[in-house]
Amino acid sequence: MTMPGEQLEEEVGRDELGTGTTGESPVRAAGGSSRLSLVLRRFRGSPQSLVGLVLLLGLFLLAFVGPYLAPYSYLDKDFTAFLEPPSPQHWFGTTPVGQDVFAITLRGMQKSLVVGLLVALISTTVAGIVGAFAGYFLGWTDRGLMWLADLLLVLPAFLIIAIVSPLFRGNTWLLFVVLLAAFLWMVTAKIVRGMTISLKEREYVQAARFMGVSAPKIIFRHILPNLSSLLIVDATINVSAAILAETALSYFGFGVQPPDISLGTLISQGQTSAVTYPWLFFFAVGLLIITVLAVNLVGDGLRDALDPRARSRRAN
Amino acid sequence: MTTFLLRRLVNYLVLVIVATSFAYLLAGAALDPRSNYQGRNPPPPEYVVDKTLNEYNLNDKTPLLERYVTWAGNVATGDFGKTWEGVSVNEEVGRRIGVSLRLIILGVVLGSVTGVFIGAYAAVKQYGAFDRGSTFGSFVILSIPTVVIAVLLQVSAVFANDILGLKFFQYTGEYTPGLEGGLLTHALDRVQHLVLPTLTLALTQVATYSRYQRNMMLDVLGSDFVRTAMAKGLRRRTALIKHALRTALIPAVTYFAFTFGVLLAGTTFTEKIFGWHGMGELLIDSISRNDINSVAAVACFAAIAVLIAGLLSDIFYAILDPRVRIR
Amino acid sequence: MTQQTVAAPRSGGDPSAPVLEVTDLHVTFPNDRGPDVKAVRGIGYAVRRGEVLGIVGESGSGKSVSSLAVMGLLPESAETTGSVRLYGEEILGLGDRELSKIRGKTVSMVFQDPLSALTPVYTIGDQIAEAVRIHTDASKERAAARAVELLDLVGIPYAAQRAKAFPHEFSGGMRQRAMIAMAIANDPDLIICDEPTTALDVTIQAQVLEVLKTAQRETGAAIVMITHDMGVVAGFADRVMVMYAGRAVEVGQVDDIYYRPRMPYTMGLLGSIPRLDEGAEGPGHTALVPIEGTPPSLSALQPGCPFAPRCPLAIDACRAEEPAAEPVGRTGHLSACIRSGEIEEHGWSPQDVYPLPAIPEAPAAHVPREQRETVLQVEGLIKHHPLMKGAVFKRRIGSVYAVDGIDLDIREGETLGLVGESGCGKTTTLMEILELSRPQRGKVVVLGKDTATMTQRDRTSLRRDLQVVFQDPMAALDPRFTVADILSEPLRTHGYPAGAVHDRVRELLELVGLEPGHAARYPQDFSGGQRQRIGIARALALQPRLIVLDEPVSALDVSIQAGVINLLDELRGRLSLSYLFVAHDLSVVRHIADRVAVMYLGRIAEIGTVDAVYGAPSHPYTQALLSAIPLPDPHKERERRRIILRGDLPSPADPPSGCRFRTRCQKFLILNEEEQKECVQREPQILPLRGPAEDHGAACHYAERVEVI
Repeated sequence: MTMPGEQLEEEVGRDELGTGTTGESPVRAAGGSSRLSLVLRRFRGSPQSLVGLVLLLGLFLLAFVGPYLAPYSYLDKDFTAFLEPPSPQHWFGTTPVGQDVFAITLRGMQKSLVVGLLVALISTTVAGIVGAFAGYFLGWTDRGLMWLADLLLVLPAFLIIAIVSPLFRGNTWLLFVVLLAAFLWMVTAKIVRGMTISLKEREYVQAARFMGVSAPKIIFRHILPNLSSLLIVDATINVSAAILAETALSYFGFGVQPPDISLGTLISQGQTSAVTYPWLFFFAVGLLIITVLAVNLVGDGLRDALDPRARSRRAN
Repeated sequence: MTTFLLRRLVNYLVLVIVATSFAYLLAGAALDPRSNYQGRNPPPPEYVVDKTLNEYNLNDKTPLLERYVTWAGNVATGDFGKTWEGVSVNEEVGRRIGVSLRLIILGVVLGSVTGVFIGAYAAVKQYGAFDRGSTFGSFVILSIPTVVIAVLLQVSAVFANDILGLKFFQYTGEYTPGLEGGLLTHALDRVQHLVLPTLTLALTQVATYSRYQRNMMLDVLGSDFVRTAMAKGLRRRTALIKHALRTALIPAVTYFAFTFGVLLAGTTFTEKIFGWHGMGELLIDSISRNDINSVAAVACFAAIAVLIAGLLSDIFYAILDPRVRIR
Repeated sequence: MTQQTVAAPRSGGDPSAPVLEVTDLHVTFPNDRGPDVKAVRGIGYAVRRGEVLGIVGESGSGKSVSSLAVMGLLPESAETTGSVRLYGEEILGLGDRELSKIRGKTVSMVFQDPLSALTPVYTIGDQIAEAVRIHTDASKERAAARAVELLDLVGIPYAAQRAKAFPHEFSGGMRQRAMIAMAIANDPDLIICDEPTTALDVTIQAQVLEVLKTAQRETGAAIVMITHDMGVVAGFADRVMVMYAGRAVEVGQVDDIYYRPRMPYTMGLLGSIPRLDEGAEGPGHTALVPIEGTPPSLSALQPGCPFAPRCPLAIDACRAEEPAAEPVGRTGHLSACIRSGEIEEHGWSPQDVYPLPAIPEAPAAHVPREQRETVLQVEGLIKHHPLMKGAVFKRRIGSVYAVDGIDLDIREGETLGLVGESGCGKTTTLMEILELSRPQRGKVVVLGKDTATMTQRDRTSLRRDLQVVFQDPMAALDPRFTVADILSEPLRTHGYPAGAVHDRVRELLELVGLEPGHAARYPQDFSGGQRQRIGIARALALQPRLIVLDEPVSALDVSIQAGVINLLDELRGRLSLSYLFVAHDLSVVRHIADRVAVMYLGRIAEIGTVDAVYGAPSHPYTQALLSAIPLPDPHKERERRRIILRGDLPSPADPPSGCRFRTRCQKFLILNEEEQKECVQREPQILPLRGPAEDHGAACHYAERVEVI
């Protein structure tokens, strides 16, 4: 079989319950922060997640430090250069109205990254709390919350956001972020609910219950922390999902509204001239793909590092 | 059993009703069909506009709740009302549903089957060249938004057509209007139009399913029953196909329900970009045209489609897994 | 039954050679993130036709890995060296094609967990037929018919019908029978059984062992029996090999190993087993032999004898070089210990070699039972769960009568053992008590307070006095908490002064024999036995009066188990605790409990003092249960007549009318019709056997005291 040491891991895993030979294992004997360091070691051990992390850091630097290095700001218009191809003057070329493509692309990237991060943060938090409460209390709490989740799953998110999009105009894009997050938490909440139901049967949760610890305390102290790996991975995946959704919506004019710029609005504007003036299109597309790819790589690496069961799946 | 199914159907019905109503109310509050007329040159007199809007139950001077009641009464009899131009929404939808379903079904079947096989093979050859290649490929595909995939495919089609010197890849519409020729010509024309949109939809599906199936397969590969199958004397390869893959298919089926929503959104973009006159195109157009009744109909279609996908995935699950089968 | 006439082997080879001969087998798992794991380090053995070799060892000793290596079923990454010869022909290193011709035909295997070892999506019949068709050119119909024959042979009733069932529709015992049917499908010359009964209840284990004996009789095959249970092989094996840390440390005829062990590890193993056949000698009974420490890590072995760090006889020479297995005593007896000769010479027993801890007596033990306070009283307790069916289309189709009217009481300073097989309702009973809420029916009174009339405040304050220790020491401790966090959680919840928490944590760790300095570590950093000690420390934190223990030692290896049992015994005496001890292992209960209640299908079948119930069980179920437990004593095992129960536990959703046990009862069969009617129609109540003076009662219309051990 092709899984190095997988069976062995299982054997050793069984031992952990049995004699616990792992007590002497050099990896764990470190004590103290052993778990964190184990996760870090595993994360470092996979080149793909390192590549992802380096890429992501680079992109953040580019988006937020880059504008200070460029000769033009996204507000400037160079009336001597309309639709110029990339040059030492304009690194990514210029638009039909003389905007510097490099500057506006970075501006768009800033927005896309911030939108992605915020959406992920909100939706994962909601997912964790809703799922854990539904799974822990079951009964009517569960039925109510899960019905809401089902309803949101059944509603076409794209349609709802599109209808509401005129409201964003002139308003803050934060509303858009909240709306996007509102449609991203359901599947995770269901997974969290399922895991909570099984965690609830775990003996350490029962032990806390029989000790007299209150339900919300158990949820925040025992259940959510033990789902943290799932939630962290989910948040990472939601970053990329949100960036992708933002692009699609903005592409059709339903997302980020002018004067704000995002990668989606840029791609939408550049699309018609993709063949004739490729710099208007491909720089935005390229950066978008690299960003999402980097986030995905980090997410996958984190999953492997945090979830010991998935170690064997590491894609390398 | 019957009562159970009934309860479930009632629950579905409630979900569809609530979802559709919500979409209607939201659209009714946010969209403004009156502006469609006011933008005309010369602007028609207000009473004419009011009369037309009243006829279509779109007049914003009527309270929203009242309009909703009228609309709901009609929907209850199976009539989704009129578009702002006076066309029956039912007819419009009837024309478009087939177009969308063709695209969706082809994309799903092609994408999931290919994805499952790629994922399973990658898992068996874990760390091999195929595994690494397919993993990297799916990572890249999953990082590109569907709209960009569609646009990129269009752009490459233009290049390909230029290089080949013939127009093999068609990227607008479902067929060439007014095409002359026999059945074969028409069939070929359809295929030419079908390739790119289907590929757009299927690529994401392939990537998603291959990642998922690979993980599921790896979980099963180390399981005791595969070892038992080999201990019986089965060759490794037979044991993997007959025992491991068959069992690892089960979770993939449940995954279907989860990915369907994403797929619907993907269909919307694909249709719009490739100029197919399906439900997805209607979704986008109806919003930009302030067409409240069409918006509600699209929402209803989407809700039903998602629920049917969920039901189908449950049924397939029960077929594949004897543990949940009802005896 | 040693050597029968050798049947002609089917695969070329030398017919006079042993069926299987393993020499100097090494298995190493390379590990890129640390030192390689040397799972098997040079073992060798031979089995001849008709012979049974028992391989015993605790988890991680390499016993399973070595058998998978023989079959060529290890992951490709494993490095296997040495020699494995089948009828004299080398099979180690053969390719998949050649090996697949041997697997399932000449050598077959029975795995431990029959649920995960059977493919969930195919019927049992199809899976057995597949095994037939791989090695013969039988038609589909012929193979299916053969599958039914085989199922019949292993004792599955209505085999033709049951062959169409899926694995999840079989009970554990039936699944294991199906595995055996599959293993004997092609008349193998060797059957390797890897812990075949570990996942099963004792009465089912007795059935399955019986089937294995039949299978061996039918096929004349040699059997390699891998197990951690010294009892299972005592009556079954001809020779025994004891493994420790990837090596065979002692090999010999079964009697030599059990009566004349010469390796301290084997001695400790035998001494650490609580004995069903040895009652407690009054209050302040003897402790078990604990083997201190834990087995070494197979990736970081120190030079010298791997057992030396735990061995009471270890001398400097032991740490210098790993001893080879040398002959000792009678022929064929090998022991890998440099002091074997000395042990032989002095005739030391395990109790001579291992120092025994003293167990203090409970102060309450001298007060007569009636005069002691009742800490727990359960009357007519009932708990019915809804029975749901279908994972996708879920619906209620009935009720599970998990606990159906039980009475019991525990007095101060006393231990009540609640025993029974899986599905008997013992865990449900325990959960009902711990919930401290109004039961569906009946009454639960804890320390004089009725749970039905309790306020939330009462309940919270009562939780101080009622604590729990769970079975799985890993699952019972939150992996994200340090030991200090774990132990202080109950303290903080119940308002223990914050300044005193730290000292209390240290005190608790000391109390259970752990290093107080380890409070900052995580549960993962401890071994199984140590984790269970942390669980016990947490239960003790608030100085409770009653502790409920749910299978507290069943996840532990015997050598570790002994230490935990001794600790529980000691704490009870020192802290005047009362225990409700739930377990399936009757030997452990005999060792630790004062009274015992035997449960069957949600009701108590028999209850009384340990000596009365074990000495003269009166309910036919108790008798069968006790007789099914294998004793680590080859002579007794060979002489015992086992009561083999028919069939499986009926579904608790549909218990039989009248007496619940009657469908499997051995006594029911010999009753006349009139008497049987009584069993079918009237549910027996627990009646005292010899008047109210003696604490012993059984729920059987025809209770009769019998000695079975």
